[in-house]
Amino acid sequence: MPFIANTDEQRKEMLAEIGQTMAGLFADIPAEFMGRDFNIPAGISEQQVRNRLAELAGKNSIDLTCFLGGGFYDHFIPAAVYSLISRSEFYTAYTPYQPELSQGTLQAVYEYQSAICRLTQMEVANASLYDGGTAIYEAIMMALRVTGRNKIIIDDSVNPIYRVMIKSYTKNLNIQLEETCSSDGLANRKQILKKIDAQTAAVVVQNPNFFGCIDDFTDIAKAAHEKGALLLASVYPISLGILKTPGAMDADIVTGEGQSLGMPMSFGGPYLGFMATKKKYVRKMPGRIVGETKDKFGRRSFVLTLQAREQHIRRAKATSNICSNEGLCALTALVYLSLLGKEGLQETAKLCADKASFAYKRLTKIPKVKAHFKTKWFFNEFVLDLPCEAGDVIAKLIDKGFAAGFPLSRYYEGMENSILICVTEKRSKQQIGMLAEELENVL
Amino acid sequence: MVVDGLFYTKQHEWAKIEGDTVTVGITDYAQQMLGEVTFAELPAVDKQFEAHDELAVVESSKSASDIYCPVTGDVIEVNSALNSEPELINRSCYEQGWICKLKVTDAKSIEELMNSKQYEEFLNEL
Amino acid sequence: MNCNDMMQEQRISNAVKLIFEKSVEGRRAVRMDLPDVPNAMNIKKEFLRDKAAELPQLSELDVVRHFTELSRRNFGVDTNFYPLGSCTMKYNPKVAERIASYPGFAHLHPLLPQLGRGGMLTQGALQVIYETDLMLREITGMAGFTTQPMAGAHGELTGMMIMAAYHRDKKNNKKTVLIPDSAHGTNPSSAAIAGFEIVSVPSDENGVMDIELVKRLLNDDVAGLMLTCPNTLGLFNPKIKEICNLIHSVDGLAYYDGANLNAIMGKARPGDFGFDIVHVNLHKSFATPHGGGGPGAGPVGVKEKLLDFLPISLVVKRNDGTYALEYDKPKSIGYIAPFYGNFGIILRAYVYVLMLGKDGLKRVAENAVLNANYIKEKLKDYYELPFDKVCKHECVFSASKQTEKNGVHAIDIAKALIDRGFHPPTVYFPAIVKEAMMIEPTETESKETIDTFIQAMLEIAEQSEIEPEKLKSAPLTTPVCRPDETAAVKNLDIASL
Repeated sequence: MPFIANTDEQRKEMLAEIGQTMAGLFADIPAEFMGRDFNIPAGISEQQVRNRLAELAGKNSIDLTCFLGGGFYDHFIPAAVYSLISRSEFYTAYTPYQPELSQGTLQAVYEYQSAICRLTQMEVANASLYDGGTAIYEAIMMALRVTGRNKIIIDDSVNPIYRVMIKSYTKNLNIQLEETCSSDGLANRKQILKKIDAQTAAVVVQNPNFFGCIDDFTDIAKAAHEKGALLLASVYPISLGILKTPGAMDADIVTGEGQSLGMPMSFGGPYLGFMATKKKYVRKMPGRIVGETKDKFGRRSFVLTLQAREQHIRRAKATSNICSNEGLCALTALVYLSLLGKEGLQETAKLCADKASFAYKRLTKIPKVKAHFKTKWFFNEFVLDLPCEAGDVIAKLIDKGFAAGFPLSRYYEGMENSILICVTEKRSKQQIGMLAEELENVL
Repeated sequence: MVVDGLFYTKQHEWAKIEGDTVTVGITDYAQQMLGEVTFAELPAVDKQFEAHDELAVVESSKSASDIYCPVTGDVIEVNSALNSEPELINRSCYEQGWICKLKVTDAKSIEELMNSKQYEEFLNEL
Repeated sequence: MNCNDMMQEQRISNAVKLIFEKSVEGRRAVRMDLPDVPNAMNIKKEFLRDKAAELPQLSELDVVRHFTELSRRNFGVDTNFYPLGSCTMKYNPKVAERIASYPGFAHLHPLLPQLGRGGMLTQGALQVIYETDLMLREITGMAGFTTQPMAGAHGELTGMMIMAAYHRDKKNNKKTVLIPDSAHGTNPSSAAIAGFEIVSVPSDENGVMDIELVKRLLNDDVAGLMLTCPNTLGLFNPKIKEICNLIHSVDGLAYYDGANLNAIMGKARPGDFGFDIVHVNLHKSFATPHGGGGPGAGPVGVKEKLLDFLPISLVVKRNDGTYALEYDKPKSIGYIAPFYGNFGIILRAYVYVLMLGKDGLKRVAENAVLNANYIKEKLKDYYELPFDKVCKHECVFSASKQTEKNGVHAIDIAKALIDRGFHPPTVYFPAIVKEAMMIEPTETESKETIDTFIQAMLEIAEQSEIEPEKLKSAPLTTPVCRPDETAAVKNLDIASL
């Protein structure tokens, strides 16, 4: 039997030594529940399973040239990332409860927290959350705890997938969720400022937002703070290679999807939710946190800290129910950021922005293709209006070998003809040119 | 160690009654059970509490304990020294480690408390 | 060199510098492509950051050495026996890692199925999700699964949201959930976040939930019950069906926390016991790695009457044999993950079940239970065993004997095990056992390994009699020894800025 050590002989031997039978070991389970003939196929060999899964993998199309983003990105991943995170001392370890046996994981998490702080210009970060969407939900819950209020304002330029998640999570709770309607691709100041009141816990915004547009939330942060509310900003970490940071905008809680930091797209996960905040709010932050300390001989050591916030101690009153997080994905992000380094991340971000600008100029030269927004500042995604339904055009371009973008009508009324196009550093000038040609052909 | 003249709860809070002002803290037994205190979350001044309401939280590195309000009243002062030196709760639980002062709004709530002798008997039974 | 000298040596050579402290201005690891497009970036200066993020500047070898060195300061299942109770630290098959890295899975964009005809481009992945759902249904006795939850606690929250949606739909005004005092902390936490109030139910003298107490606590306000079975003491509650029936009698729902499924997998099914909602931890029973804290996956299954409330989207099989995503579910609790959950983890679990098959799964539970009982019998004369009866996948001892007699605590025994090359059991949990030591060996460990572990535990019991102070100074073989956790909170340093 694969993966099970003891032989039949050893089983007998062990049972005899403890004076038991196998039936006796399960005698506490009432007989009516036992003896089922499970409808599960017989086990197969490693060779068979690899063939079968290779066949299934083959039924997934990964040959399309990817201009699809929407918060989940096809970035370059250096080979050393995979080699390092595949060290089984990392991936077969549990949560680092025993610090003596987990200094590797603990130090890496401390470094990861530091890297997230440096990237976002925030003071503290946690050890990870599940993904970018649950990270916003956790940030909202945290804002409620910090302010003791219950109203949340969220602009519809925040990723619509995250907005529907937040609606699910808040359904059973006493939270007043109010959406504002973005204006020309940017968070709607007028509506937001009008809505902020003495019950407002937080304003939630995203940069670059779902449409790819770049914003500066300094004014919204100021307005929120004047009324005692917090600013929650969700950010795209690669963009922080060059863009103004949420810390510089005086955001209070920063979250984001970390998938772009070295994780493959892997059909939706595992991904990485990151969270950073100001030091004064650290006790209200969810998730594990690693801190530096000294051991009994004065040696530099790392431990899980501020555990009194967590479910295993506070139970029903914990800051969050999170236990398992995305530890290995946090390690991935750290290794990725270490390999790219200070200059590499900057270059990657700039390449994305350069190529997206190039693509924007090239594509808007096509007759009948227009920019959707007047706002011209974007990072690596932009919205174009086509002369017909975007969904149909995208379907036609799939046949030509392109995942050309995302049809915005899926989440936004009145945007039937709009397509969201993403360009990462992996796309070449030639691929952009080919997309433009094929798009022109199908229109 | 139990101090005469104070009043006590079964959750190991003590109350010092001076007119309608009550000073609240945790007992020596409680601080020993907790271990080294690393943080105290204090109530807001002016906030109103009923007896048995959760008043404050005291944390050690691996535990957190709710402190329940021994009487019904409004918070008039908190021990802000605990913000920088939470370990005062260990060092001097009956003096410098007090948590807050309340103005009693329901004198009846005091009647439920144990005196030092009763509390000592209660401890002996644990 | 004597021991003290060695210690001294270790102290000096020991610390690994932070990766930021190794940085050298101008050093590079990865070279990016030269731009093939004009310097066209169109972003006004006000939108740019004032200075670059201070990330490390290192060569590729520097980075590789750093993380390789860190990895050597970890215990993992691949390096050491890891009998951490309640965590099911079984071996993680390498083939599953290999398959998860197949480009056809790893490079698949999750939004593809939302494009016109895009679903046809992801048939292989959708089939994996669909068939995992079917297998989990059969293993647990449920009618349908969502694979979206990204961890066990996330599954609990999803399950409790389904419970809330059910009662809302039936216009039941129910607010309380019964949870045993021995439960994992995530249970009360998840229930509270889903909007419920928690009633903690003490265990009876046999260590399981007291059915008489359940009867007394039962009223119309009870929305449901959350339970692990076997529980955190490793004990199976023989009255489980009656308890579920009681809950049903007030139209409550019974939630099964699948953290301990390894004990009964392939032998018995929570659905048959009477549970209505189940989550399973793929990173426990289904052998996917824990990753030093995650990622995991916590799919949630429900009985027929709750199918309408499962999150969207769901993978369905069409009449023509193709797979598609279903979004039209008006009663659904909505999206709880952006897509289909931690697909890479679901894939690994799928591979595991395919390889073990029916007989293999059964054998998992049998050998896990045998290994736990073997340890229990061999150690019970030396350590206090609060509940001396057949256990399931784990057994819980108390160090109270050693504490009372020699002042040796569970934590000292844990640290002494480290010096003998073992990861310690879970200690001080469940809280209802004083000085608890919770041992879960799993089925992937051999008799030889387990015998060595037992031998180490016996030596420690003996040492606690003759030289208890030595146990209190353990561990001596690790890079650090008993870090000061109180100082970590007081002098909070959680980032190098």
